[in-house]
Amino acid sequence: MKKLLIAVLVLNLSAPLFAEKVVLEGSTTVLPIAQKAAEVFMKNNPSADLSVRGGGSGVGIASIIDGTCDIADASRAIKPAELEKAAKRGRDLKAHVIAMDGITHIVHPSNTITNLSRAQIKEIYTSRAANWKKFGGPDLKIVVISRDSASGTFEAFSEIVLDKKKVRPDAIMQASNQGIASIVSRTPGAIGYVGLGYISPSVKILSVDGVMPDKEAVLKNKYPISRPLFMYTNGTPGGTIKKFIDFVKSPEGQKIVSEEGFIGLNPKQ
Amino acid sequence: MNKKKELAIKYLFTALAFASLVFLIGIVLVLFKEALPIFTKVSPGAFLFGESWYPTAEPPEFGILPLILASLWVTAGALVICVPLGVGSALYLHELAGPRQRAVLKPVIEILASVPSIIYGFFGMVILAPLLQNSFDLPIGLCVLTTGIILGVMAAPTVASISEDALSYVPRSFREASFAVGADRWQTLTKVIIPAAGSGISTAIILGMSRAIGETMTVLMVAGGSAVIPRSIFDPVRPMTAAIAAEMGEAPVGSDHYHALFAIALILFLITFVFNIAAEFISRRFRLKLGLSR
Repeated sequence: MKKLLIAVLVLNLSAPLFAEKVVLEGSTTVLPIAQKAAEVFMKNNPSADLSVRGGGSGVGIASIIDGTCDIADASRAIKPAELEKAAKRGRDLKAHVIAMDGITHIVHPSNTITNLSRAQIKEIYTSRAANWKKFGGPDLKIVVISRDSASGTFEAFSEIVLDKKKVRPDAIMQASNQGIASIVSRTPGAIGYVGLGYISPSVKILSVDGVMPDKEAVLKNKYPISRPLFMYTNGTPGGTIKKFIDFVKSPEGQKIVSEEGFIGLNPKQ
Repeated sequence: MNKKKELAIKYLFTALAFASLVFLIGIVLVLFKEALPIFTKVSPGAFLFGESWYPTAEPPEFGILPLILASLWVTAGALVICVPLGVGSALYLHELAGPRQRAVLKPVIEILASVPSIIYGFFGMVILAPLLQNSFDLPIGLCVLTTGIILGVMAAPTVASISEDALSYVPRSFREASFAVGADRWQTLTKVIIPAAGSGISTAIILGMSRAIGETMTVLMVAGGSAVIPRSIFDPVRPMTAAIAAEMGEAPVGSDHYHALFAIALILFLITFVFNIAAEFISRRFRLKLGLSR
């Protein structure tokens, strides 16, 4: 009896050792890809134990440097300051491009606007341009919605569209892509930007400089606000981490990327 | 042997009781240590009264007046809701409700207090904000008003339950004396019971305010997050707690932004500290007034 008890205890204790725990954290843009890929991956590899969290690109990169996550999802490239910090902590972060994305500008479906130029978007986001009328739309106050500074989408947007100019202070700040999408869908005067994976029939997509953000335009670099999506690992990955990254880059993983609304790396798919 | 055991237990509980003191001192020390470096970059005056908060811009601007005012506005909004709601429920429970109603209402109020804040936030975001947006024809429903209402409802159970305690501390003899001199129920309530319980009720309100100003998740979800000085109750705002929660993840450890967020936390701590001292002070006077020892 006692022996049995000990055996059970030992088994219980050792069980978690067999499941290799991998933590993914970071960009909410990459989140749907990471979640779906982790789900399918765990189905194929029952011994793997992946947990996926959002938080924003900045949070993910900070966590991998601190060693609290194994894979950092990011919708922007790592910043020099972060690289320096990583080096100080003895980490050698490796970037893996897993998909392409276009930062998509969305408005309420009732808005008559269909296209904005990059200069117009910059004007809306940085000055006090108050009414849609000025841009050929309805007589409606513009409600500017932006992402918090932890967002990689915000950083990419700020660099490509705003030339790093400050967003007007009265912009509504949201912590996630989903937050922006749901506010825009409920607010007639709103404009916001999200990753391609977050568009839905309840919002209207704007073309930018006359180009719609679709797969072809992003891959051929015609859509002006395109960017790669990353997963960062500490050094060259091994074990489950490597298997997972390989899976995401594989045809099956890239199929998930397109199913989630993003653009796979292999143009043939 | 027995004596030793007793002594050991005594020391154990003493240590446990003093643990919270240690935690408090630890928190205060860390807050000061992490907050003070920002004041070598920005003067305390410019930090407290600066009107623009752009911590990640080049060059960064660390003015937290919009954040402080946002917190004060939503707390004031919460007060307008939670005082009548909380004190009213307490009076009803204490004066009018029969034992059966009490048996239902008290636990319900306590459950309301234990609803996780994210659920309040979710409710505010999905139901209340669109409702207010449509009924007042607002550009956006995430604003001071929505936040104030939600925070008020959240703080009401705290106010209700502490006020009810305060009312029940009023000795029976006060009421009997009042009836004996011919006062009716209303006169007894307004002239005797409420004044006697007044400082207890004030304590309840102040603790409700602490709850509202420190609330984070809900304001992150429903306040909108614009770092501007509010000019009307329909403006979206960015209270201090929301700014810390939204930005701490991004701020590199040891950067100016990081220290600035700690400085916001320090100021928030000082505000709630003052609230709590005031509550403690008032409730002591209350006990003295009723002739209760300490």
